[in-house]
Amino acid sequence: MPRKEGWDKVTGAARYVDDMVLPGMLYGATVRSNVARGKIRKLSFEASVAWDEFVLVTAKDIPGKNCIALILDDQPCLASEAVNHPEEPILLLAHADRHELRKAVEAVSIEYEPLTPVHSIEESERQSTIIWGSDNTFKSYLVEKGDLEAVWKEAAYLVEGEYFTGAQEQLYIENNGVIAVFDPENGVTVWGSLQCPYYVHKALMALCGLPEDKIRVVQMETGGAFGGKEEYPSMIAGHAALLAIKSGKPVKLIYDRMEDMAATTKRHPSRTRHRTAVSKDGKILGGEIEFTIDGGAYATLSSVVLSRGTIHAGGPYYWPSVRVRTKAVATNTPPHGAFRGFGAPQSLFALERHMDHIAQVVGISPVEIRRRNFLKPGQTTTTEQTIREDIDLNRLLDRALELSDYAAKKARFAEENKKGMRRKGIGIAAFLHGAGFTGSGERYLNSLVGLEAGADGRVRVLVSSAEFGQGTNTVLCQIAAEALGIPYECVSIAQPDTTVVPNSGPTVASRTAMIVGKLVQSAAKGIKQTLLNTGLLRDDYTGEEFQVACGEYIVAHGALNSYARYEAPGDVYWDDEKYRGEAYAAFAWAVYVAEVTVDLTTYAVAVDDFVALQEVGKVLHPILAEGQITGGVAQAIGFALYEKVVWQNGRMINNQMTNYIMPTSADLPPIRVFFEELGNVHGAHGAKGIGELPMDGPAPAIVNAVEDAIGVSFRSIPLLPEDLFEALRSESLEQDGSFLTRGAA
Amino acid sequence: MNPSSAASMKCEVSFTVNGEPRKVLAYPMERLLDVLRKDLGLTGTKEGCGEGECGSCSVLLDGVLVNSCLVPVAQASRTSIVTIEGMSAHDLMNSLQEAFLECGGAQCGICTPGMILAAVHLLEKTPEPALADIREGLAGNLCRCTGYMQIFEAVTKAARRRVAK
Repeated sequence: MPRKEGWDKVTGAARYVDDMVLPGMLYGATVRSNVARGKIRKLSFEASVAWDEFVLVTAKDIPGKNCIALILDDQPCLASEAVNHPEEPILLLAHADRHELRKAVEAVSIEYEPLTPVHSIEESERQSTIIWGSDNTFKSYLVEKGDLEAVWKEAAYLVEGEYFTGAQEQLYIENNGVIAVFDPENGVTVWGSLQCPYYVHKALMALCGLPEDKIRVVQMETGGAFGGKEEYPSMIAGHAALLAIKSGKPVKLIYDRMEDMAATTKRHPSRTRHRTAVSKDGKILGGEIEFTIDGGAYATLSSVVLSRGTIHAGGPYYWPSVRVRTKAVATNTPPHGAFRGFGAPQSLFALERHMDHIAQVVGISPVEIRRRNFLKPGQTTTTEQTIREDIDLNRLLDRALELSDYAAKKARFAEENKKGMRRKGIGIAAFLHGAGFTGSGERYLNSLVGLEAGADGRVRVLVSSAEFGQGTNTVLCQIAAEALGIPYECVSIAQPDTTVVPNSGPTVASRTAMIVGKLVQSAAKGIKQTLLNTGLLRDDYTGEEFQVACGEYIVAHGALNSYARYEAPGDVYWDDEKYRGEAYAAFAWAVYVAEVTVDLTTYAVAVDDFVALQEVGKVLHPILAEGQITGGVAQAIGFALYEKVVWQNGRMINNQMTNYIMPTSADLPPIRVFFEELGNVHGAHGAKGIGELPMDGPAPAIVNAVEDAIGVSFRSIPLLPEDLFEALRSESLEQDGSFLTRGAA
Repeated sequence: MNPSSAASMKCEVSFTVNGEPRKVLAYPMERLLDVLRKDLGLTGTKEGCGEGECGSCSVLLDGVLVNSCLVPVAQASRTSIVTIEGMSAHDLMNSLQEAFLECGGAQCGICTPGMILAAVHLLEKTPEPALADIREGLAGNLCRCTGYMQIFEAVTKAARRRVAK
């Protein structure tokens, strides 16, 4: 089944927001803060610019509430009295000529009364400067299971470790952008590059002070998102809407790459501390996990990212007792936000590095430590969710080892690494990823999807779920076609437009195929049932008969459509207070194996081979599924080895593709993708979520492989050549000899 | 460079785009990318970074693969340009587009026009590329969605089909 919008994409006909031009359209620009924290004293406008030609918008022009409505509504749309991070928007400009606009942005200067900023997790938790709330803490969680105090005494080993992950830029190739128009009768319409039309809809209602039916949000073809267009589009759409309201003209606001990288969200930097009680034979008895993320200046989605990181912190292992303490803290940097994996890649990096560390302390192999601690059906996770699926992680591990030729390579590398400047290593990571919203989240979302059939027997899927590369359009049409027993070509999907499609929830959290797909399946069954019940169709109908039946039904009744609303499965219970229960309706499971070469001349790490084996329930569309995995692995290789955000006073200073390096086609290993299929009762045809899973495992597998190659343990990513150089140099100084002569561990 | 300053006046530039002669009135230092997209309405050529790193704005200029964000329009004077819209202007384009569809080489689609032009350029020079040639030939075109594997497959498939013909 070819991608629904595929032909438009390969011919260049697909319409992205920047491809759209409206008559009389102005361009918008944003004047931003250049300090991390301070009070705004004065805005000055250079006389050289003809300011009367420009539309100017400040916080005073906001008709509704000056906030980006999301969870806590603490982030202003435009700063008015104080700024809390560099690149915070203060003033908006619009003009018909983009070149004039650029000059004008530079002709505005802002005076501040500087305030002491906070730039790290450590500074923030010290609380000597309070920049948010009463304690710089957006959110904290505590998960407790079993009697932890007892196990400290029983333990043969206490293994401690501290791990860090850096910020990561989503780096979708299409920058954030929107076009807004306003007229008093219809209100505000926004076309944009975005993941969640109804998030933008909600934010614009609050900002513009307009009712539901006076806001329309349309998703254009979206050139990559990865979470980076989950919450941020509410900001840029708000800005364009304000300019459109003030000017009465269409306003296009498109960021260039430097602005997008400096001003928009990134993956939360993290710090994880593990203290684990382990028995003599390498069994985890219990542990304390402290997981802290840097949320940036405003709360935005940090509480939710923290939640996922918290629940995934124990990984695919059985913890008889555990205490997971986590928090999201404030710093004076642009808010960190949604990014594929959503907190899990951070806490799982720490855990999977720590497992190798435990193995070393106990004196068993990385394979064996995992084998002895894997969760089994009937056991419970850290939140005491019972594993009901028939998952056999040992079998998954065995298959991954076989596919990667692990044992033979491990032995060969150990031998070959005794000489030469190129050392080879192999590393593994085992992990899981919960599909859909956490705990009671799906119940609150209460998603609705629709299907409408035409008199010609063609069926249209109505959902707010957005296509941004993952294959939403294709998979949802495929599910509907299969459920209706009609050809894939006879099903289409509506462009997400809040005046046309119901709210099927945001396109996030690996929920589209599993949750929305299941609803599409139910709605399709509804259409089929209607035709069967009215006697227009018999059980074993053909495509032609379906078409005739639709035609007859519509002649008689006017329209044929069917809606399905989310119903929580009876066995999903969740306690939001104690953070206990069924965190996710389903988990995807995986074992990844990375093979690396560490070049001791250049200090570069190359990934030579990558095996990605996962259990994601039924694979609905093998080509799309494989594409999700290869793309996620590539992004995670970047997270591990290339992509470093360099901060200076809370601002990203390498905000260009020239100096923020993502993997090219020449950098990546063969990414070999394999699936196991167990099936799952909650998703359409037994599908589980897939999109975020591949982001979780590669980084720890790679850093484990680096340790296997050179015997040096790295606890922080990204791991760039300069980091290797520093670590190896200081190690060789400590040992008063050259590390180059040592055999690998 | 400031294209709207009085020192640089608009001038007439002629070239061939997808086989058709075109004439535009533009500032000499205006980016070819903007002229293609705004003046000629050829929006299949995309902007990703504006500094020649990502390759989304790739076009063929006299058969050479260039980043149109780095080419001042004056430099394109009297050249022949092929963009993604010039499907019929190039025999390779169609087989590549089909292979991209079949193999999953396009996800979000924003890098796809540039990627396909880079592949056309590669296959013209190297009709039967080894994997290493493909990796090298596409290294100037960034894709954040696919991890490139399915793009390699697509290019290999298109090359084989063409050689088989």
